[in-house]
Amino acid sequence: MAETAPISADFAPWEAPDAKPIIQFKNVTKRFGDFTAIDDLTIDIFPQEFFSLLGPSGCGKTTMMRMLAGFESPTEGTILLDGQDIAPVPPNKRAVNMMFQSYALFPHLSVSDNIAFGLKRDGLSKDKIADRVEEMLKLVQLSQFASRKPHQISGGQRQRVALARSLAKAPKLLLLDEPLGALDKKLRQETQFELMDIQEKTGTTFVIVTHDQEEAMTVSSRVAVMDHGKIIQVATPQQIYEEPNSVYVADFIGDVNIIRGTAKRADGDHVHITFAADHAPLIAATKRDIAEGSEVALAIRPEKIAISTEKPEDRNNAIQGKVLDIAYLGNISTYHVELPGGAVVKAQTANTRRVHRRSFTWDDSVWLSWTDTAGAVLVE
Amino acid sequence: MRRLSLISVPYLWLLALFLVPFLIVLKISLSDTALAIPPYTPTLDLSQGWAGLAQWWAGLDMENFWFLAEDNLYWKAYLSSLKIAVTSTLLTLLVGYPIAYGMTRAPDEWRPTLMMLVILPFWTSFLIRVYAWKAILSQEGLLNQLLMNIGLISEPLIILNTNLAVYIGIVYTYLPFMVLPIFAALDRLDGSLLEAAEDLGCSRLTAFWLVTMPLSKQGIIAGSFLVFIPAMGEFVIPALLGGSKTLMIGKVLWEEFFSNRDWPVASAVAVILLLLLIIPIVLFQRNEEKQREAEG
Ligand SMILES: Nc1ncnc2c1ncn2[C@@H]1O[C@H](COP(=O)(O)OP(=O)(O)OP(=O)(O)O)[C@@H](O)[C@H]1O
Ligand SMILES: [Mg+2]
Repeated sequence: MAETAPISADFAPWEAPDAKPIIQFKNVTKRFGDFTAIDDLTIDIFPQEFFSLLGPSGCGKTTMMRMLAGFESPTEGTILLDGQDIAPVPPNKRAVNMMFQSYALFPHLSVSDNIAFGLKRDGLSKDKIADRVEEMLKLVQLSQFASRKPHQISGGQRQRVALARSLAKAPKLLLLDEPLGALDKKLRQETQFELMDIQEKTGTTFVIVTHDQEEAMTVSSRVAVMDHGKIIQVATPQQIYEEPNSVYVADFIGDVNIIRGTAKRADGDHVHITFAADHAPLIAATKRDIAEGSEVALAIRPEKIAISTEKPEDRNNAIQGKVLDIAYLGNISTYHVELPGGAVVKAQTANTRRVHRRSFTWDDSVWLSWTDTAGAVLVE
Repeated sequence: MRRLSLISVPYLWLLALFLVPFLIVLKISLSDTALAIPPYTPTLDLSQGWAGLAQWWAGLDMENFWFLAEDNLYWKAYLSSLKIAVTSTLLTLLVGYPIAYGMTRAPDEWRPTLMMLVILPFWTSFLIRVYAWKAILSQEGLLNQLLMNIGLISEPLIILNTNLAVYIGIVYTYLPFMVLPIFAALDRLDGSLLEAAEDLGCSRLTAFWLVTMPLSKQGIIAGSFLVFIPAMGEFVIPALLGGSKTLMIGKVLWEEFFSNRDWPVASAVAVILLLLLIIPIVLFQRNEEKQREAEG
């Protein structure tokens, strides 16, 4: 097997003009009756990507996977795998394996027979199958349950069997529909690293559905945030977090403060956002072309807002407010601060000091401040 | 548990509802035939107290069973019944499985109708339906008329009064007992299992063999028992559709009882038949329990 490049900082085939995508959705629409589950979706996914689909329940993630696996066909548009239209290829002829959201383990077969199922279809020798099953069982830490039936193991164990079964054939493209949802945090993190490891070793392309943002952030080369059958933004985890393209994405990923106001052009790539009549406008840097007087939203992460008793002089934006609530989360504290207009803004600080020496408490008047580059200016 | 409930119906039926009548029949089978009312001795005369009981007990013997063992007519009848029951169970399975499969594959709005069609024949008397088959299968019957009219045959086929007619009758009559448990098993089958099988490289056909078949096994077994058990002792169908050569133990029993009026021998025939039927049920139960234990 050729050396494969692990996901690294410079792994960005989606930016290379000559990179060949492994999957191409071209204006794909999927309707169930008159309900549109996937709405005119176009996306390229590249070899060796770890591509995450993120979105609220019912937004069409599973439907996308099922079209790739061959269980649904697009109502309109085409899906290409390695440049070939896959519409006429039946599921058993696609170099794709899927881990089902419902696991779909065969109840009449033992754990190891479930894992061996796909290998047997390939006509491998008995020894090879046994070795591979053994390897998979070790990977998902289920060796001692090899001879159990699916109903004799726990939900999390079942999930791992399903994962092992889909990994066993080492396909070119792996579709994992919420592969780790039922696992506890520690096991989930371990398995995430295993998956990344497999990805690095085999160069398999992963498309994975997850409800866990942290997971998407940790493992993905790119994240697609979906809503109502559309992809709202596709970008690297960092871009999704730092430069969301819409309030929807900003709001969906992590905690965010949305401050709405009217934009006024200022020098260079700065805008002034007037959010309250009696307050100086906020200053924010943006590369976007913002029309004079348009309604904008400033999305700013709580950890980018500093909180202090004195007005800081070194930051472009400073607002005075009153502490409404303090959420102590161990390593960090979140302060809910009410602004003059009545809006509530969250600010986060790391708890480097012990709590009883905390400098602010309820009803204290505090200053919130941030720099011009801390937030993202979004147009709706 | 589901598997148990599928077959526990005939099981409980046999055990509880037939137990008392069975004991009475068992007693008669140990008696001797007599020209009396009832036509056997001894009868229990409790007015004589203990002496009567002892006399009654002394009058019971195994004579009728020895008689059955010696006369090979009975053995032949049992074996022939077994053969007919096994064959017709297999035939019913061959016809019933595709019907059940088709029902689970049918669009949802069709299902109640299809289910109705399977159950509908029960709304007419069993006897009338068997007579109807006489009209269909006889030499001047509907089937022969049809085949001759379209020119497929020139001479009428002789179906009525042969074993073939008996098979047709049994398959027709017991088909719902086969279809319903298989349908229940197939209906529970999670469609995503077939998708998973295909995803892992199975063709539709292999997925059927490796997933659908094993997962409907319990329905097949339950259905087969529901057909086999009554078919084994069937009397009406061979009597009406079968010929003089059709040898079935149900018919023998009827003749012993009503033609020969030999109640004790008829009872002995019935007792053995019942034992023959209980053995497979018990074996089946054992097997089920073992499997459940193996599955934990
Ligand atoms: N076979 C179907 N018939 C009709 N509607 C369907 C069918 N399959 C999916 N849908 C609808 O399509 C939409 C998208 O479903 P999908 O399963 O892709 O959601 P999802 O993003 O995977 O959600 P979740 O996170 O809850 O798994 C849902 O509104 C669902 O009700
Ligand atoms: Mg889903």
